[in-house]
Amino acid sequence: MTKAFRPDVDAPEWKGGYSPYDIVKEGIIAVVIVSILTVLLSVAFGSPDDPSITIKAWSTNAPMDFATTALSELNATSGTAGYGAPYNNASTGQQLGPLTLAKWVGDRIPVNTVNDFIIDPLKSLPKQPALTADLSQWSSASGSARAGWVKNYSQAANKMQIVSGQLVVNATNAGPLPVMMADLFQMARTGALDQALVTQNGFYTSDYTLPLLFLADGTYLSNIAQKQHLTGDQWGMMNETGNYPGQAWLWLYTFWYQVTPMNSSGNGDILVWGIMMVLSAGLLLTPFIPGLRSIPRKTRVYRLIWREHYRSLP
Amino acid sequence: MSTTEIDRQWTTRLRKRVAGKLPPEKLLPDTQPTYVSSWIYVFGVTTLAALGVVIATGCLLAIRGPQWWHTSSVGHFINSTHLWSVEIFFFAMVIHLWGKYFMAAWRGGRALTWMTGVVTFLTSIATAFTGYVSQSNFDSQWISTQAKDGINSTGAGAFWNVLNSGQMLMWHIVLLPLAAVVLTVLHVLLVRVKGVVPPFEKSTEVAQ
Repeated sequence: MTKAFRPDVDAPEWKGGYSPYDIVKEGIIAVVIVSILTVLLSVAFGSPDDPSITIKAWSTNAPMDFATTALSELNATSGTAGYGAPYNNASTGQQLGPLTLAKWVGDRIPVNTVNDFIIDPLKSLPKQPALTADLSQWSSASGSARAGWVKNYSQAANKMQIVSGQLVVNATNAGPLPVMMADLFQMARTGALDQALVTQNGFYTSDYTLPLLFLADGTYLSNIAQKQHLTGDQWGMMNETGNYPGQAWLWLYTFWYQVTPMNSSGNGDILVWGIMMVLSAGLLLTPFIPGLRSIPRKTRVYRLIWREHYRSLP
Repeated sequence: MSTTEIDRQWTTRLRKRVAGKLPPEKLLPDTQPTYVSSWIYVFGVTTLAALGVVIATGCLLAIRGPQWWHTSSVGHFINSTHLWSVEIFFFAMVIHLWGKYFMAAWRGGRALTWMTGVVTFLTSIATAFTGYVSQSNFDSQWISTQAKDGINSTGAGAFWNVLNSGQMLMWHIVLLPLAAVVLTVLHVLLVRVKGVVPPFEKSTEVAQ
């Protein structure tokens, strides 16, 4: 018994003619044309290279934003402090239905915003008597004492000011925090904080996790991105600085971020990733999915592709 | 050594298998079926050519290290050629993919050819993404800090840290290009083994 011919799975055996085909010549011509086109586009349009943002620039150009972000790292109200895995256990993180994928993996890149963004950088400063004493007071204090200082400092910080380039917070019963935060502010403005955040693991480093998390917790970075049409609601994932095509191939991924509920849900990222995983699996397995694999035959777009062939048929 | 013994060698078996599946006239054909006459076929070879240019320009960028292109006009130009060859690569690849979809190019035992093409496409997206986050400029700061949330939400961020520029650069210049090239070679070899998918027969056009 012969197996029935399945038009979306099987292909007819070609019994027609053949024409000359110089595969090597074709390949070389393609390389030459693509190379010329690449050079022409490069000469005509170049490529963008907006300089990176430094914490020094951030604290100089938007000092209040830097100061309030540093405060949020101190009192654990920043995005990083409450992020959850892989940085900490402060929250469950995003969920796909009952699946808490990030939480299951755990905090494998531990970030303690108080120690990593404030205390450890301050420790790297050359010895200053007042700061040394304050750091010592902080490290020897109990958890409840620290919590009390942070609470009092945070309340007073509602009226924080930048006076003659100095961070001024008139806090009472805040222990060493007024001096520490003022010194951190100065450290940021000199550029020392940029360096301290990347060299915590030694002289050589290529890991920018800490300074990038710190920057992303503020609004300075996102305000610049907004002006460059790079934020999520501006199809930002596929855009690039300046008028360049960017990662246009991410259009479908970016599209889902514009759609409800992904554009408003706290689980938006994992929802989009879930959708893209399903769609990618669908694309991969198209040859085996009835219906999806029949669309080409039923839409007959192939008639356009093989129009010469069909024209030659009786 | 007997002939039987030689025939049983792994090397002999492999050579015979490769030669049987992919004889020289299939690997480097000098004719093709007459139905292979459409502009859509140009985009497959254009994708391959662009991949070659992407790799070549990337290698030029690698010579002087990752910071060179920020400070040198020559470096910046090379970076531009890398960027635009990537844009051409994806443009050609996407058209190639849609073309193959509407030809139902998986027919006739070509499902693996289709699948290696799709995986190559996805691998290329990851390769390009790691390039964007390895630029060491504002763009890479913004893209990495935004992308981390998506990748972290899957749990993968714990191992594949987009904020770790060194890790991303290594993936961009070694691991992912290697995967993309191996997959591309496999894809092309499968195309040569199986040949280009023939058109639908007229009688099957409306078959259910």
